[in-house]
Amino acid sequence: MNERRMLDDSHYENLIEEESVCINENLVYDKPETLTKTPMHYCPGCGHGVAHRLIAEVIDELGIQEKTIGVAPVGCAVFAYNYFNVDMSEAAHGRASAVATGIKRVLPDRYVFSYQGDGDLAAIGTGETIHTCNRGENILIIFINNGIYGMTGGQMAPTTLEGMKTTTTPFGRDVQAMGYPLKITELIAQLPGVYYCSRVAVNTPVHVRKAKKAIYNGFKFQELNKGVSFVEIVTNCPSNWKMTPVESNKWLEEHMLPFYPLGDLKLPGKEN
Amino acid sequence: MAKVKGDIIIDIEKCKGCELCAAACPQHSLELSRKLNSKGYHYIVKIEDNCTGCTNCALVCPDSVIRVFRKTEKKKEQVATITNVTGDITVKVKS
Amino acid sequence: MKELKLMKGNEALAEAAIRAGCDAYFGYPITPQSEVLEYLAKEAYARTGMVVLQAESEIASINMIYGAAGTGKKVMTSSSSPGISLMQEGISYIACAELPCLIVNVVRAGPGLGTIQPAQSDYFQAVKGGGHGDYKLIVLAPSTIQEMVDHTKLGFELAFKWRNPVMILTDGALGQMMEKVELFPQTERKFELLPWATTGKTKDRGRSIITSLYIQPEVMQEKNLHLQKKYKSIEREEIRFEKYKCDDAEVVLLAFGLVARICKKAADLAREKGIKAGVFRPITLFPFPYEEVNTLADSSRIFLTVEMNAGQMLEDIRLAVNGKIQVDFTGRMGGIIPTPEEILEKIIEINEGVPA
Repeated sequence: MNERRMLDDSHYENLIEEESVCINENLVYDKPETLTKTPMHYCPGCGHGVAHRLIAEVIDELGIQEKTIGVAPVGCAVFAYNYFNVDMSEAAHGRASAVATGIKRVLPDRYVFSYQGDGDLAAIGTGETIHTCNRGENILIIFINNGIYGMTGGQMAPTTLEGMKTTTTPFGRDVQAMGYPLKITELIAQLPGVYYCSRVAVNTPVHVRKAKKAIYNGFKFQELNKGVSFVEIVTNCPSNWKMTPVESNKWLEEHMLPFYPLGDLKLPGKEN
Repeated sequence: MAKVKGDIIIDIEKCKGCELCAAACPQHSLELSRKLNSKGYHYIVKIEDNCTGCTNCALVCPDSVIRVFRKTEKKKEQVATITNVTGDITVKVKS
Repeated sequence: MKELKLMKGNEALAEAAIRAGCDAYFGYPITPQSEVLEYLAKEAYARTGMVVLQAESEIASINMIYGAAGTGKKVMTSSSSPGISLMQEGISYIACAELPCLIVNVVRAGPGLGTIQPAQSDYFQAVKGGGHGDYKLIVLAPSTIQEMVDHTKLGFELAFKWRNPVMILTDGALGQMMEKVELFPQTERKFELLPWATTGKTKDRGRSIITSLYIQPEVMQEKNLHLQKKYKSIEREEIRFEKYKCDDAEVVLLAFGLVARICKKAADLAREKGIKAGVFRPITLFPFPYEEVNTLADSSRIFLTVEMNAGQMLEDIRLAVNGKIQVDFTGRMGGIIPTPEEILEKIIEINEGVPA
C-alpha cells in the first residue's frame, strides 16, 4: 500500500479521446432519482451508502416514490431522511418497526420500510422487532448488521462477533460474560408472520447485485399482503473496526460472513 | 466480437476516497489522486483507458459518485468482397 | 333527539372516540382502563373501519401512535399510570415532532406498581412534562362521564388545532363508574392529506419529514422557541375552568377531576353550616388558569386545595396565589377517595383557625 502511486490529474488529460463514450445514450449507471443530492455524512467506505442507494434504486424501478414512506432509526442512519427523496419519519431508538406499524396500519396501500441498525433492531428494539414480525405487518425491514455501535463510537453490539474488540469489549467479546452474538435474522425467520427473509451483503459487486434483488423482493412482496419482508445487510464499519474500507470489506468476508452466512432464510414458494 | 467501450464520470467533490471502487475494478483502472477535493479527501481518478463500463465501481460506491457509460460497437457488417483477377488477393469491405 | 345512555367511563370514552371519527387506536391492557381497548376491539372496526391494535407494550403503542399520527390521521392511545410512564419517551418525541394525538391516562395510585385504585398522582407527570425536554401537553381533566365523552371530541379538535398531543387525565374511579351520558352523533371519518404529514411525497410538495432531531444547537433552540411560543398561544386561548358558588365564597375549594365533584358536595355541606364555600375547578390543567385563581384570591379568605395525591396541583395554586392568602391542602393517597365529610371537617378546622 505504501508504494501506491499518487498521480496528478494532468497525467490523464492527454487520455481524452476524440469520441467520448460519456453521452446520455450510453449511460448505464447513475445515481437514482430517489436519492437526494445531499452528500452523505457516513464515513468513507461505509456500507450505509450502498444500502441507501439500492433502496432508492428499487423505489425508482418500481415507480413507487410517491407511495413510499420510510422510517429512520437511531444510529448512524439517523439522518437517513436527508438522503431518501420520500416522506420519512424518524423513530426513537429501537422503535422503528412500531412506528412503521403505525404508518402501515393507517395507510395500508403505501409502501413502508424501516431501516435499522443492529443495536436499534436487535438490542433495544428486540421486542418491537419480534412482535412486528410476528404480527406479520406488511412492511419491509432493512437490518444493517455491522457488528458494532457506529454512531456512539464503536461499542459492543448484540451482533458483535466472539472475540471481537470494541470500546466496551477492549479484550474481545467474552461470550461467558457478554453473551453470544445474536443471529436475530435466524430467529425471526421462524415466525409465521415473516413472509420473506434474506441475508445479503454489499461488499462486492456480486453481493451488491444480490442485495438489490432482495430489497426489490422486499418491496414487491408488500403488494401481496402476506407479512413482513426482512432483509439483513451484513456490512462494514471501517472507522470503528479501525481498518481501511478495503481492509474492512475483506475482514467482513473472512469473519462476518462465515458467522452470518448469506442467502435466503425464507423464500416464498421454497421451504427452507 | 462486439467491441465494448466504457467510461466513467466521477463526482470528485463528493468522493471520500474510500477506494472500494478501485478494489472492485477488474481493469485496475482507478486510483487515488494526489490532489484533494474541497472536503479534504483524495478523490478517485481513472488512470487507464481500458474501462469496459462493467459498473462494478459504481455498484460498490457508497456515495454514488460514479456515473458509468458503455458503448457497444456492433460488429461491422460485410457489404462486399472484392477479388482481383488472379484471385490471389481478396478484400472484404465493411460498412 | 338526545341520545342518552348509561355507560361506564372507559366505555363512554371509547364510544366517543369512535363517534369523533378516530382513525386508529393502539394500546396495551392495564387496569383500570382495559375497557377502552376491549370496547374498541368489539365495536370500532365494524362501525367505522377504525384500526384497533393491541400492541406488545405501551412503548410499542406510543411509537405506533407516533407513526400513525405522522400521517395526519386521528389517532389515540390509553393507559394507566405505569403504562403512561413507559410512554414518556414517545410522548416527548411526539411533542417535539408536533404530532396531533390523544393520550388518555386513567390514573391509578403509585409510585411503582402501586395499586389499581384511583388517584390523581400523575398531575406533575402530565402537566409539567413527564418525559425529557421542554414540552407541554394540553391536559384535560374531566370530572364526569359526560366530560369523558366531551373531552374526547374536544381533545382531537385541540390536538389538530395546535398540532400538539392532548392528554385526558382521568382516574380509575371515573373510568370504572357508570353515569348517564349524552352522546354526540357519529362524525364521518375522512382522510385529509395534510401538507406536513408522511402520506407519500407527491410532486406538488416537498418531502414530509417527521423528526425530533435537530443536531445544530441553534436550530434546536429555534425549535424550542417555536414550541414555547405555541404553548404561550395555547395559554392565551385554551384555558377552561368551572366555578361553583364562588361569587360570595370565603372558602374556596380547589380541585380537578373527580375530586371537584366531591368538593361541590362538601361546599354545600359547609354552606348548611353557615360557611360560604365554593369550588374552583380547572378543566384544563395545562394551560392552567393562573390568572383566574389569582383573581379569586382577592375575594376569598381561604383556599383549600383537595387532591388524591400528596399535593401536586397545590404547587400551581400557590404559584397563582403568589402569597396573597393562605392556601391549605387536604388529600388522600394510595387509591383512597376523600369523602365530602372529611373535606367539610377540614374546612371547619381551617375556618376556625383563620381570622375573618
